[in-house]
Amino acid sequence: MSEPVAFSAATNTKIAELLGRYPRKQGALIPTLYLAQDEFGWLKPEVMQLVADKLELPLASVLATAMFYTMLYKKPVGRFHVQICTNVSCYLLGSDELMAIAQQALGLAPGESTPDGLFTLEAVQCLCACDRAPTLQINKDDYFKVTPAKFKELLAQLKTDGVKLGPPVGWLADQHHAHA
Amino acid sequence: MSTKPTAYTPHPMEKRVLLRDHLGVDFTQLENYLSHGGFKMWQKAMELGRDGVLAEVKASGLRGRGGAGFPTGMKWSFLPKDERPRYLVVNADEGEPGTFKDRYFLELDPFRQLEGILIAAYTINAHVSYIYIRGEYWKSKAVTEDAIAQLYKAGWLGKNIQGSGFDLDVYMQTGAGAYICGEETALIESIEGKPGMPRLKPPFPANIGVFGMPTIVNNTETLAAVPVILEMGGETWANLGTPKNGGTKLVGVAGHVKTPGLFEVPMGASMRDVIFNLGGGITDDREILAIIPGGSSCPFLTKDEIDVAMDFDGLKPVGSMLGTACITVMAEGLTDLLTVMQRVTAFYQHESCGQCTPCRQGTGWLKAIADKMDEGLGEDEHIDLLISACNQIEGNTICAHGEAAAWPIRSIAKKFRPQLEAAIRQRATAHGYVAKPLAAHPAA
Repeated sequence: MSEPVAFSAATNTKIAELLGRYPRKQGALIPTLYLAQDEFGWLKPEVMQLVADKLELPLASVLATAMFYTMLYKKPVGRFHVQICTNVSCYLLGSDELMAIAQQALGLAPGESTPDGLFTLEAVQCLCACDRAPTLQINKDDYFKVTPAKFKELLAQLKTDGVKLGPPVGWLADQHHAHA
Repeated sequence: MSTKPTAYTPHPMEKRVLLRDHLGVDFTQLENYLSHGGFKMWQKAMELGRDGVLAEVKASGLRGRGGAGFPTGMKWSFLPKDERPRYLVVNADEGEPGTFKDRYFLELDPFRQLEGILIAAYTINAHVSYIYIRGEYWKSKAVTEDAIAQLYKAGWLGKNIQGSGFDLDVYMQTGAGAYICGEETALIESIEGKPGMPRLKPPFPANIGVFGMPTIVNNTETLAAVPVILEMGGETWANLGTPKNGGTKLVGVAGHVKTPGLFEVPMGASMRDVIFNLGGGITDDREILAIIPGGSSCPFLTKDEIDVAMDFDGLKPVGSMLGTACITVMAEGLTDLLTVMQRVTAFYQHESCGQCTPCRQGTGWLKAIADKMDEGLGEDEHIDLLISACNQIEGNTICAHGEAAAWPIRSIAKKFRPQLEAAIRQRATAHGYVAKPLAAHPAA
């Protein structure tokens, strides 16, 4: 285990509020894992242990739940998480071309991250905005009716922004950790 | 949070009692909701009393809008008459591929659903309600959380709501990227902080639901309809639709159509009219290749099978179902059906919770066969293998994910065999293999 981790005071307050919503502490588990992920970037082993201690749950319960859900990250995710829908409605309206553009512009296959921590590329399932297909999500923002030209522009803009913002918190240390 | 919607005139074929984005009003603000008659039906519910509300909902014939079509009033009356705490759980885990209807309420008219929650919770005497919104719906989550905060501030949630003596706490709960959590018992497991693995039924949630207590799980659109039903009266609502299918239905049209979008029509509207009038017809005026009537769990339809009534019974003659009533249109010449099949098999394989062997293994088989065909290694017999695998999944699993995976694939294999055989040959040639000549079909 590396350096000890602890929740910020603000996160502790939020967790205390969450615990009031459920008759059992485990009810607060998924929302707490989201808070942990927001704070530490991803759910590294010591963060899972921290959550288990906080909610007084066996580590195995925390791991079982974290492993089940794709939006709870078990490995580091880049500054910009580019998630392209590849399901039927988006396929019909050109999502394969968007995926090819992203792969070429970022030099990534789906599921990979750039070594500088700026981009993670992912093929995702239906985002349920099929009347505005093709769709994609970058972090928490939706993009609808995405054309190849608009997407190329957007990626170029994100590359510029990424240089200013740098990788997410603890990216280099976590990369080392993830592959150790 | 505030958005500035623009007013427009809906298509004359529509019958709007739920959708009202065409008014151009920002309904994410409580003051606007209230000034357009919001929460008047809460007052009416208090006058009618629990039995009165239940009678109206039963008279309306409202059937669950999540896709299963179970009568809502009947579901509410299944709760045991004991002293245990009850829960109202809202299924806003919209994730069925092709579907985009609950998003409307969650993003643009959140109080409609919340008024429905208030009335439903009062009727079933629940004092806690969890709204389970899919994880990817970041905007929906933000809007709904803000709406809940506005209601607490204005005394529409919490203790002794508007002096009625009734208490209700509403909490937003968020999913984390698992389609299976749209299944009600998986959703319950997820609220409890567990992996979303469906439970065996019985016991049904009405008896043992979330945290072991009696629970009613209703879809967002279902609850949003409740205030409207009280306003117009159960019988008037029922008469909007067809017998046994009361009211209106949100319908979506997407894919290869000229004017994709979300619309509202009386239950029982013609699917052809929905596609050609509301959807504006097919892109470039092409022929229809295939239709998914209400999310990719539904068996696919051919172009000759769209003269059907869009209600919970109307699609039985063509061996499919209404599902979520969001239609995906695939045009001839623009659609590679093998790719579509591959995407569908990949989806159900990825989203299988892994609990039941026929589903966990069977969805893997379906995907493996589709992938093999795509890599140019397909044989015509593989189409029969697909059908065989589907038959072995169907009916052999705890929840309906097995059927959801099997039905669309079997319908493609059976109804679109010539297209699949052609695709198998096209892929073989494209990958440099020698394609077998087409066998003569007795049926052809």
